[in-house]
Order: sequence, then C-alpha cells, then structure tokens
Amino acid sequence: MRVAVDPIQCVAHGLCAELLPERIRLDDWGYPILDGEPVPRELVGIARRAADACPTLALLLEPDGK
Amino acid sequence: MAIATEQALPRILTGIGEEPMAELESHLDVHGPLPDLRRWSPEQIISVVERSGLRGHGGASFPMATKLRAVASRRKPKILVANGTEGEPASKKDRVLLRELPHLVLDGAAIAARAVGAGEAVIAVSDVDERSARSLELAVDERQHAGLRGDPQFQLFGAPERWLTGQESALVNVLNGGPGKPTFGPRPFERGVRQRPTLVQNVETLAHLALIARHGADWFRLLGTDRDPGSALVTVAGAVSAPGVYEIEHGMPLEELLQTADGREPLSAVLLGGYFGTWLPGAHIRGVRLAAEHLAEHGASLGAGVIVALGQSACPVAETARIADYFAAQSAGQCGPCTNGLGAVADTVQQLATGTASAGARAELARWGKDIKGRGACQHPDGAVRFVSSALRVFAEDFDDHARHGPCPRCSHPPVLPATPIPAFPVAR
Repeated sequence: MRVAVDPIQCVAHGLCAELLPERIRLDDWGYPILDGEPVPRELVGIARRAADACPTLALLLEPDGK
Repeated sequence: MAIATEQALPRILTGIGEEPMAELESHLDVHGPLPDLRRWSPEQIISVVERSGLRGHGGASFPMATKLRAVASRRKPKILVANGTEGEPASKKDRVLLRELPHLVLDGAAIAARAVGAGEAVIAVSDVDERSARSLELAVDERQHAGLRGDPQFQLFGAPERWLTGQESALVNVLNGGPGKPTFGPRPFERGVRQRPTLVQNVETLAHLALIARHGADWFRLLGTDRDPGSALVTVAGAVSAPGVYEIEHGMPLEELLQTADGREPLSAVLLGGYFGTWLPGAHIRGVRLAAEHLAEHGASLGAGVIVALGQSACPVAETARIADYFAAQSAGQCGPCTNGLGAVADTVQQLATGTASAGARAELARWGKDIKGRGACQHPDGAVRFVSSALRVFAEDFDDHARHGPCPRCSHPPVLPATPIPAFPVAR
C-alpha cells in the first residue's frame, strides 16, 4: 500500500505528517510531500487512521502496483 | 522527381495561399480528397498512425496511437476534442492553421473520430480568437453543403483565453460547464466530456493525421528522425526580423531556422519548447538539431514548437522575473504547492532581479524547485519551476550581477517574451 494526496482537496491541515512522519513531511507552506515509498505492514493501521483523520479526505490509500 | 516533390516541405503549410482561408475546393485541389473513411476499420487507422510514429504537437509529444487506443478500447460512446485553444502567449501556429487551413484540421478530426468511434467532434478555440472561429464555421458549413461523407458532427466551442485552458482536464472541465480548472482523478480518456471517454488532441496533430491518411505512414517518415518523424510547425519569436510560423523538418539545425527567420543580433540564449521549456545558451546553438533525440542532450524538447531568440540587448533576468510572475498569476489557485510555491518563486526571482534578495535566495529557489515538482493536479507548477531553474543555470552570471548591483541598463529593454495580461481566474478558491 502507498499513500497519495489529492492536491486540490488538500488545504494543509498537516495531520497526515504528524501521524505518518515515516512517509510524509510538510513543505514550507504546510502541504504534504510524500516520499512515494510503500507503507510497511506495521504502519498500515496508522496510514488508515491518517487517511480517516484528514478533514478534507485528501489523503488517499492506494494498493501497490497502481 | 516525383519522390523529391513528395519529400519536400512544406507539407502542412502547402495550402497557404493568397486567400485568407483555404476553401474546400482549393483544399481538395491541393491535397486531394480524403480516402473514404467508412472503408477503414478503427484498428486500421490506429495501426497506420502507429507505423507513422506521429506524436502530439500540443507540447507533451505523446504517441498518438497510444492515445487513440486508450480511448477506442472504452465501451461507452466517445467524444473527440480538437484542442486549438493555444494558451501559450508566444505560440501562433495553431491559430495560423485554424484560420488559414481549417479543412486540414477538420479532415484530421474526422479520421481521429472514426479511429476512436466518436460521433461528435468539438473544435475548441480561444474565445477571443474570432478569426479562427469564423474560418471553422465557414469550413464546417462548406463540408455540410458538399455532403462530405464520414464527417462526425462538428461543434465549435470558445474557451476562455488563459494559459491553463488548453490543459486537457481543464478543457474538459470547461466543456462540462465548469470553471476550466484542471481536475484530479479520472483522466479524459476514462471520463471526459459528458462523462464520456474523450480524446483530446492538438489541432496540428490532427492536420498531420489528415496527410498521413492520404499518403501513408512511409511517406510521413520520409522526413524527420526516428523518434520524431515528419515535420512540425514552429513559432519563432524574439530577436529575429522575420518572426512567425514556420514548418520545419524534425532534425533541422536550429542555426538554420534562426537564419531563415533572419536573426538580427548576437543571441545570449534561445528558449526552446516555449515557457515550459529550456534555455539554450547562445554559445551552444551551433550543431543543435530540432528533434527529441538531439534536444534531449541539452535537457530540452521542442514542446509545442515555440522558439524565442533572446538578443544580447535584452536582460534575461528581467525576462525571467516577468514570466515567473506570469506563471504565478496563471495558477488555477487550487493546489497549495502551486499557489504558494509559484508566488514565492516569483517574489524571490523579483528580489534577485532588483538586488534585494537574501544571501540564501538561490539555494531556496533550488529547494523549492525540487519540492514543488509533481505536486499539482496538472503540470503547471512543474513547467514553471523548470523554466526558472533553467534560467538560473544558463544566466547564472546575469543573476549574480543583479543580486549584487540591482537592475541593469538592459532591464528597460522592451519585453521579449510576451505575457498576456489576462487575469488567470476571476476568483481563486
């Protein structure tokens, strides 16, 4: 599984980077930069929580190979 | 002799005559009739396109056959959009085609529509481009009166004159009654105009298709290179006495084109591929050939065919600052990295140009360039930072000079790169 972001929906709440710093950091304006790597099994639960927690539902979870 | 004639240029621009627009009769005199499309299966058309190696002339240079196949394989009814909106202020070639040779574009649209199974073809032009709209209207009328067989149902559409209008998803969005901003999610070939699989194709690409259908894939490949077969329309602007639209063979030496356009003065650089393109320093012009495989060595591409010669009397820093501003203003204001990032880039370039930037300004620009890339719903931020980083690299000395001493005497040179002062979007977010 990988995380992705819908850049139009995202308004820089920044919760995702707080919850999943292993894959997500914020740019100078608070918008998430994803490293594009797969989410390791032990972080899948947290990635789901991060996606659910996004107030604009801009954080997306994608199956591998997409 | 016959072969020599067949190989010669011009191809697309052959029909340009004394009249402001080639009417159907003279179009048919010049090119002959289109083969009866109803005798061709969609797959036959697509395989001819594949063998020809035709690529899109809207900027991305995507193989047309791949795009045709992606749309053709969908099950729902399809729509074709001929993209003649030409949002880049320096580009004129699509306008020349639409105004003067509308039948070549409509022929191509008919073939592409047949290839993907579209019964409707929308021809989209800029809403301030009345001349193209009038030519197309006349041409569609002529075809209906002549009872041309195999034409789809043509419809003209005037899209807002804006940098981003020609972006595929933005054009589909405006055709669907939206604000004409790029969208994130299903691509036009999956779900486009009225939810239908939509083929969006640049009008020049369609004109090449009209000739390939007549003369075949092998004929098309008589000109050009392996990667870029055939010819291309280019718009030459800047420090030349004869700016305008030229048809070139792919692989033509850049120097020869600049001579043809009558270069006026020593050049500090040439912008290749338009505003999302790359600067080539004047010292490197010699030996450069205008085809993808040659330009790649210089990190450049032909894009939509815009070539701007920057004379030594103009200031590259002032030009860069002005276009960086333009890019920021033309953002759709939807994606944070673009809205904030391009604004910050433009402000910092402006500070460099006026000698008011902080010591770390260029390092910051380099970091932003990497951070911003790939993070918008469309390629606008990517193209904008590519242009700025290319300028910072090629004009490093000029930027040094401005950072230290502020504006130079050349800064007051009239603008070389046009930046149409049209507000991008009435309201951002």
